[in-house]
Amino acid sequence: MPTIDLEVTSLREFNQMLHDLAEGTNDTYFRVVNPRGRHAIAAGVDAPITVEIDGNAGYYCAGMNKRANIIINGSAGVGVAENMMSGRVHVKGDASASAGATGCGGLLVIDGNAASRCGISARGVDILVKGSVGHMSAFMAQAGSLVVLGDTGDALGDSLYEARLFVRGKVNSLGSDCVEKPLRDEHKQALGKLLKGAGLDGQVDPSEFRRYGSARQLYHFHMDNLGAY
Amino acid sequence: MCGIVGLFLKNKALEPKLGSMMSGMLATMCDRGPDSAGFAVYGSGDSSHVKLTVRAMSCAFDFASLARRLSEAIGSPVPVEIRDSHGVFTIPEGAEQTARKTIEGLGDDVRIVGLGTRMEIYKEVGRPDTVAKRFHLENMAGSHGIAHTRMATDFAVTTTGAPPIYTGRDQCLVHNGSLSNHNALRRQLKRRGLSFETENDTEVAAGYLTWRLSEGDSLGDALKHSLDDLDGFYTFVVGTEDGFGVLRDPIACKPAVMAETDDYVAFGSEYRALVGLPGIEKAHVWEPKPATVYFWERH
Repeated sequence: MPTIDLEVTSLREFNQMLHDLAEGTNDTYFRVVNPRGRHAIAAGVDAPITVEIDGNAGYYCAGMNKRANIIINGSAGVGVAENMMSGRVHVKGDASASAGATGCGGLLVIDGNAASRCGISARGVDILVKGSVGHMSAFMAQAGSLVVLGDTGDALGDSLYEARLFVRGKVNSLGSDCVEKPLRDEHKQALGKLLKGAGLDGQVDPSEFRRYGSARQLYHFHMDNLGAY
Repeated sequence: MCGIVGLFLKNKALEPKLGSMMSGMLATMCDRGPDSAGFAVYGSGDSSHVKLTVRAMSCAFDFASLARRLSEAIGSPVPVEIRDSHGVFTIPEGAEQTARKTIEGLGDDVRIVGLGTRMEIYKEVGRPDTVAKRFHLENMAGSHGIAHTRMATDFAVTTTGAPPIYTGRDQCLVHNGSLSNHNALRRQLKRRGLSFETENDTEVAAGYLTWRLSEGDSLGDALKHSLDDLDGFYTFVVGTEDGFGVLRDPIACKPAVMAETDDYVAFGSEYRALVGLPGIEKAHVWEPKPATVYFWERH
């Protein structure tokens, strides 16, 4: 159970240590102290380990994450979990802009608020924000889902492709080609699964949400290709 | 890229430490702007005097002799505090125009970079931590200050027109971003009688605010108007005699993070710039909203 003090071990050394982990390693839990807003902490991890960061992280924390469970006991800077592939990233505080940007898979949970462009260009990641998200969230998001328990800023889902958006609070305004869609049982079930995955099973009622999606007027959508999204 | 920081002290007991707190913030921002740096500090001052910060092109410039010339022209003693390439002259209230004329008469060797009851402005080419040391920022006291580190992308690395640019008495601006309509705006402002030294967009932003203020806007209103008239992406931090303000453009793609405790309000381009501040672990840390004017003032 190694504890890494980033005032002692260099960030590059620490990240290299994570990248060098052998398959089936016994080191499955890393605690990071003194992150002090450093950038790219635990970026590019591809191992089924847990990394717990005590404090505030800088830009691109847990970027490109694959398989790891990364917990930030603090807030995260721009691009937390950007381009994540799988695994789980949990921000206990707030997240800055572009949280979960271009993510392909896995689950990103933010306990506080996320700033602008949360889930921009998402390609399969599931993002759950317990607070509110800023403007231009889910911009051009292609697949995956964004669940917001609070409110959203302006232009939610602008130029949206096939990502699914669920908002419990107020939507300040919708972006181009983003429309409200009926929340049917199948959506409530899918949403229930997401809430459960984020540890909110039974605490939040899926029927309190509104669903938003693409009006499919801005891109060449063909029903026949639906399975590809 | 560029980095900007701002620090406003709520707790007067910290005022002797303003400079050392700011120099730590500035040093971290070397990574965002290694080419040059500038900072404004709001220190001591009284209403019967005005402080003129004068930057000389060469460190060998004889500030003491300029002080003597100013004393003769004004008819009363003019103290000067020399810090590296900058001299801060304390001029009696009302003698400002005479002092200006004398200084401007020296040609391109010197330039007035700041004017105010409490504001002093310093800027130099070089790594920001080195620049801060040259001016002994760490020893400066004051109630608040703002600073800028520059990574030159669009314009030449000079200190002419470099932030902080003073926009009026005790007012200055630092900026991270780039304006796309600065040429058109510069032409419009020139027609209104403003003059510009550089092709730099920050100078246009500062000129724009100066013009709005001269039209009778409050600083808050001038910032609000800038949302309509400035096109581009930017984060502004504006210093005034009593405090500082923050404004991000509506798209807000330039970074900004703020922290507040009982003792201070701090602004940084990145959270890293704030980690050396006392009690930061318990501070309220948040990201300022786009197109929203924030202000903190001394009461």
